Amino acid sequence: MTSANSSENGNRPQALSTPAHRVGSDVPFYVGLVVLGGSYVVLLAAMLAADFFYTSVDHMLAALTKPAIQYSLKLSLISCSLTALLSLWVAVPIGYLLARHRFPGHQLVDAGLDIPIVLPPLVVGLSLLILFQFWPFRLSADWIVYQIPAVVLAQFMVACAFAVRTMRATFDHIDPRCEQVALTLGCTRAQAFATVVLPEAKRGIITAATLAWARSLGEFGPILIFAGATRMKTEVLSTTVFLELSVGDLEAAVAVSMVMVLTAIIVLVIARVWGSRDLQM
Amino acid sequence: MIVVKDLSICLGSFSLENVQLSVPQGSYGVLMGRTGSGKTTLVESIAGLKKISRGQISLGDRNVTHLRPAERGIGYVPQDGALFSTMTVHQHLAFALVVRRMHQEEIARRIDQTSHLLGIHALLDRKPAGLSGGERQRVALGRALSFEPTVLLMDEPLSALDDETRNQMYDVIRRVRDQTGVTALHVTHNRHEADELADLIFQMDNGTICEIQ
Repeated sequence: MTSANSSENGNRPQALSTPAHRVGSDVPFYVGLVVLGGSYVVLLAAMLAADFFYTSVDHMLAALTKPAIQYSLKLSLISCSLTALLSLWVAVPIGYLLARHRFPGHQLVDAGLDIPIVLPPLVVGLSLLILFQFWPFRLSADWIVYQIPAVVLAQFMVACAFAVRTMRATFDHIDPRCEQVALTLGCTRAQAFATVVLPEAKRGIITAATLAWARSLGEFGPILIFAGATRMKTEVLSTTVFLELSVGDLEAAVAVSMVMVLTAIIVLVIARVWGSRDLQM
Repeated sequence: MIVVKDLSICLGSFSLENVQLSVPQGSYGVLMGRTGSGKTTLVESIAGLKKISRGQISLGDRNVTHLRPAERGIGYVPQDGALFSTMTVHQHLAFALVVRRMHQEEIARRIDQTSHLLGIHALLDRKPAGLSGGERQRVALGRALSFEPTVLLMDEPLSALDDETRNQMYDVIRRVRDQTGVTALHVTHNRHEADELADLIFQMDNGTICEIQ
């Protein structure tokens, strides 16, 4: 009774009153985030800076005048672009099917598509080599294995898995309701996909292509096993670094590494600018 | 006219059994019911977006039960509008007409007519990102009406709007109803909205629909 009266009067008993709450600073939280995240950024920047200071622009230009390196640069650019296109060609339908439809073996296919990501690169190359011992692949082995198509195929096997993951996530994030509305407006599934889903997925497609391109540029293990490292034939930039290192020319290897870094940065910046411009339109 | 007869739908643990519904030609039906009672599922099955296990759906004298959504000729406005983020308002209004390969002059005439009816003529060059909630719903309504469907389905089209915009939308919807004569089924759980717009009010409860007004 006393308690009720005191509540009504607004005089709450001392034991029930909420103590004043002192809000702590947010600074330690952000300091923690910056220190933890920043350590990696600093390490990455330091690593690239070390490469840059080890070599010089003259070394890089000298490396670029070598016919073998010019050839490997050209082959890298062409094979990476081809791989990116092929990866999209496959990743868009797989990503869409996995995101929109449930079918028997869905989970198995979903998990299996990660195999190239988790397998050691050398194993991917070895597996390709073994695959082309069997019919019907063996029929085309002469013009693929240890030839230029092997470079593209080796890059494709790994890069495509990354493109598939990106496209799956892209389609997962696109509201299926838009597609359903398109169906009620008179579209077939294909028309709804082409006119509504694909334009909405444009940014994801650019990201997937960029990722596939960048992953292909850095690919080495499968190419070495499946395409070999023959100068002026199956030599790409990553192989060039290996070949220059193996003959003890560290400066040339670093110069080519820097060319790879700069090429990757240029492509990533172009893709980022293109992607964000597309988003604003 | 929308007629749903003995409709059964089974979606995992959720199911609707023997649902009956009839909205006469040119009438504006409002379907009410608690959240999770199956209103959206019913509307989506009429639109052809949900598979039904049994029953029949007719629009006028056409049995559309087994037709694909594109073949039903239904205008559909989902709750959030579901506008196409990459298209302008003009492209939204033209979408169904382009799919039907209509002549450019006819498309332009229809867009002009629909945009004036809904008061979105000034927005034709804008994309969804720059539109307010009320404008988005008008565009979604315009897109659904662009191909002059005989049936219009609206799934809680006004639920995200403030009171003032909602009142404006009542006028827009009344104008659409009067000028197009479309048969409509409008889902809401707002009784005031139902009273403002409905010729018929249906209540959905435990999978059963009864006409309450």
